[in-house]
Amino acid sequence: MSEKQTSEGSMDYLESLPRRWVTVYIPLLVFLFVLLFPFYWMGMTAFKPNAEMVARAANPFWIVHPTLANFEKLLFHTQYPLWMWNTVLISVVSTVISLAASVFAAYAIERLRFRGARQTGLAIFLAYLVPPSILFIPLAAIVVNLGLFDTRWALILTYPTFLIPFCTWLLMGYFRSIPYELEECALIDGATRWQVLTKIILPLSVPGLISAGIFAFTLSWNEFIYALTFISSSENKTVPVGVVTELVEGDVYHWGALMAGALLGSLPVAVLYSFFVEHYVSGMTGAVKE
Amino acid sequence: MSLSRFFDNRNVLGLLFMLPAGALLLVFLTYPLGLGTWLGFTDAKIGRTGQWVGLDNFEYLFGDSVARLSLFNTLFYTVVASVFKFILGLWLALLLNRQLPFKSFVRAVVLLPFIVPTALSAIAFWWIYDTQFSVVSWVLVKMGIIDTYINFLGEPWLARMSTIIANIWRGVPFVAITLLAGLQTISPSLYEAASLDGASEWQKFWYVTLPMLTPIIAVVMTFSVLFTFTDFQLIYVLTRGGPLNSTHLMATLAFQRGIPGGALGEGAALAIAMVPFLLAAILFSYFGLQRRAWQQGGTDK
Repeated sequence: MSEKQTSEGSMDYLESLPRRWVTVYIPLLVFLFVLLFPFYWMGMTAFKPNAEMVARAANPFWIVHPTLANFEKLLFHTQYPLWMWNTVLISVVSTVISLAASVFAAYAIERLRFRGARQTGLAIFLAYLVPPSILFIPLAAIVVNLGLFDTRWALILTYPTFLIPFCTWLLMGYFRSIPYELEECALIDGATRWQVLTKIILPLSVPGLISAGIFAFTLSWNEFIYALTFISSSENKTVPVGVVTELVEGDVYHWGALMAGALLGSLPVAVLYSFFVEHYVSGMTGAVKE
Repeated sequence: MSLSRFFDNRNVLGLLFMLPAGALLLVFLTYPLGLGTWLGFTDAKIGRTGQWVGLDNFEYLFGDSVARLSLFNTLFYTVVASVFKFILGLWLALLLNRQLPFKSFVRAVVLLPFIVPTALSAIAFWWIYDTQFSVVSWVLVKMGIIDTYINFLGEPWLARMSTIIANIWRGVPFVAITLLAGLQTISPSLYEAASLDGASEWQKFWYVTLPMLTPIIAVVMTFSVLFTFTDFQLIYVLTRGGPLNSTHLMATLAFQRGIPGGALGEGAALAIAMVPFLLAAILFSYFGLQRRAWQQGGTDK
């Protein structure tokens, strides 16, 4: 997101301070409170001993005796570490595969301009609009037929269906912004297309690659419906599915462990996001703006 | 030399470069899309390839009160959640576009609900909506507004509203941040011209901001409607479609019938039945709200 200071409230100084409080600060604080409260609540509950959680008389917004018991239960008495490992592995591998495939596809569509490139670009955009909720039933049948049911490969190979269209679309926009003259000069100097791609285009599009990579990683980390449908045994599950399906035993909800699981599962994407906010936002808005 | 010439031909190389992406998408996207449509017209069960049954699945679903209810729920969920996401998202975008202390920090933090896995934040909402230990009920009781705890996910209409609120919570940041990016591309000279002509704040919003923002609003809201209409995880975590199927969406019902229920054909038919609605939403935004010439400074033909 490019910061265009000029367009922002150029006449704000005309506004009195009390008026600003009513029209800007108070509504914004309410928004922030509502948007962040569930996270506060998640963190709070994760460190709460069970006795305090069910005591109605006590103030629920604070912890008297913080405890790590919930995390201890989660890490040593469930398969949570394994789910975490699965999620990391699946997200990284499917992101790398999708990114590599997308670089070639975007370059071919945007720069090689082969016969039918325009139509292919349009098809990629349409593929981006196909939601997983429509695909999961036939995909389940395909996954079973390929003998991939209940394996990590089922997810590694199906996640690119929503990652590739997104990454290709984003990279197409990015490649378009690189001047064509650079490429022409190299071609005249006798470089092959492969050299042009690896020595000119890729180094110049590192920010675009980071945007696409970060976004693809969070998308696969957050994926739910495929992971729920294609995986059945506990040791192959991903964090979102494992927490939802395995930590609830009958009617007994281990709220502390559930919240600890949700917190730990959200942390990696939150940390990654905090390092690459600008890239993430430009990826998100870039894909929408085109 | 001639071989490398051959590979530098744009059609040959184009095909070669499209191969990995094309193969993955054909096998795991195009083929399942076709297979799903075909399954919708068969009586396939898990572990048994089905026979062609024509429109039987759709006729059966049309006569099934739960399927009809899920269609109503999906439309209600989508319309209410999208309207609120749009209004609140636009409001938040306008607020974030002002001069603020800690501006970039505030903008970064606002997007958190969108980037955290929905299934996991839904668990936080599940706990917030708990019948016995809900913090919302606790506060309302302490304030003396209610005397019994609210059964957020136990009554049909309450459950519908509770799930919609959770969906709005997750969707507002996406709408706000993308609209903010749109707001930043509006030239300040337009606002100056409006001020010189004596336009009020409201007139500036109505006659400058909103028309300039229409193209990006169209795209953002199309995506938002698409995601809301096909939502699955939030409902699956919070209610699994209950109470009394009152929060079942078409996607959750398709899952329940198709995967644990084993009726692949019926589930596929339900999933395919979503396509016409999605197409209608896409076409509406494409033809109704697309970029107009005057937004680029030209004139409409």
